[in-house]
Amino acid sequence: MSVPHALLALLSAGPKYGLRLQTEFEARTGEVWPLNVGQVYTTLQRLERDGLVETDDVEGERSRKRYKITREGGRDLADWLRTPPDLVPPPRDELVIKVLVALEVPGTDVHEILQVHRRHVVEVMQRYTRVKAAAGEDDVALSLVADAELFRLEGIVRWLDAADVRLKQLPRLAPAQVVELIPEPTAEMEVSQ
Amino acid sequence: MSSALELRHVSKTYGSGPTEVHALSDVDLTVERGELVAVMGPSGSGKSTLLTIAGSLEETTSGQVLVDGTDLSTVSRSDRAKMRRRSIGYVFQDFNLLPGLKAIENVTLPLELDGVSSKPARVAALEAMEKLDIADRKDRYPDELSGGERQRVAIARAIVGGRGLLLADEPTGALDSVNGEGVMRLLRAATHRGVAGVVVTHEAQLASWADRVVFLRDGHIVDQTAAPPGPESLLAAGDR
Repeated sequence: MSVPHALLALLSAGPKYGLRLQTEFEARTGEVWPLNVGQVYTTLQRLERDGLVETDDVEGERSRKRYKITREGGRDLADWLRTPPDLVPPPRDELVIKVLVALEVPGTDVHEILQVHRRHVVEVMQRYTRVKAAAGEDDVALSLVADAELFRLEGIVRWLDAADVRLKQLPRLAPAQVVELIPEPTAEMEVSQ
Repeated sequence: MSSALELRHVSKTYGSGPTEVHALSDVDLTVERGELVAVMGPSGSGKSTLLTIAGSLEETTSGQVLVDGTDLSTVSRSDRAKMRRRSIGYVFQDFNLLPGLKAIENVTLPLELDGVSSKPARVAALEAMEKLDIADRKDRYPDELSGGERQRVAIARAIVGGRGLLLADEPTGALDSVNGEGVMRLLRAATHRGVAGVVVTHEAQLASWADRVVFLRDGHIVDQTAAPPGPESLLAAGDR
């Protein structure tokens, strides 16, 4: 989550005090991403230094300062909205590695390992769904935040389901083959980190 | 008070000899009033068999099914059919509305089949349709309704007349994810008003609307989710 750009977005609707920015940020993200007021002021300080926001009261206490977005801040925000996020996955997904390693450990039921993780992910999904259920259908911002997490987690469950089926179809995968499946980090992967 | 639904050591086998298939093996499941339980599993895991047995549409090979404390194997065939009409509501993936009947006539149908005269049946149907915010569509035919509206009518038909057990088989299958979520909200609301609900699905997002998720694999219940810790635990995860 890019806190600086979220704050710029909130300021694009008009000048605001730091405390107001914190409450608005939390309200818009359904309190799924908590943000303390210290973080807000540190970020505002940096944005001010970079010329993306300005304040009318340069000398005063930070809580008395009202911030507004600059023309340059507006441009930076517009650019950021159109810049694709980094979709390259982390080179070594912990869950994938665990499942691959489980295949190698004698006496381990991989399907049981898959189920432990499936249950855990579904429990986390239930918590996000409860956040959504409690908020009501008209809270669009919160629904969007919860949906993003739910679709990501559902992807993990689908991967676990697919792994279950694949492993049933290939009951005897030799350990040597498994080791080959674990990718060595390449130069390209390191760059993406 | 007895549970709305209780499956005790339920097994179901189809065929015999070399073609024998164990669809369910020693399944124990209890669902209380006010609780929505999702049964999650891949195709062929026994989900639909579990639902048809819970709804007394099929008999077990061994084990007991109790609806409102009554063991279905101890009642006559006609009493079982009566229980099915009065206590259990079904919601199907493809809605199963009769195209030649108006929305409200689809909802009154199970009551009228049960011998309720048309006036009180209509009152009960309107009440169910109001709960689902679909009463203003009562005189439309199914093909004049959107997918989401049809499913609302199907849920109204399932809860009409105070049925205590709601069984749903992939109830959002034909809908997009947002309309599918709407259906799960309605099922959740219906169960939290005091009905016991069982939804079978292979989709984790739909299952996550349930109070409890039970995992079915090869006819066995292999696992279930823990009691809900509440949304505040998400915040405790800290900053990202």
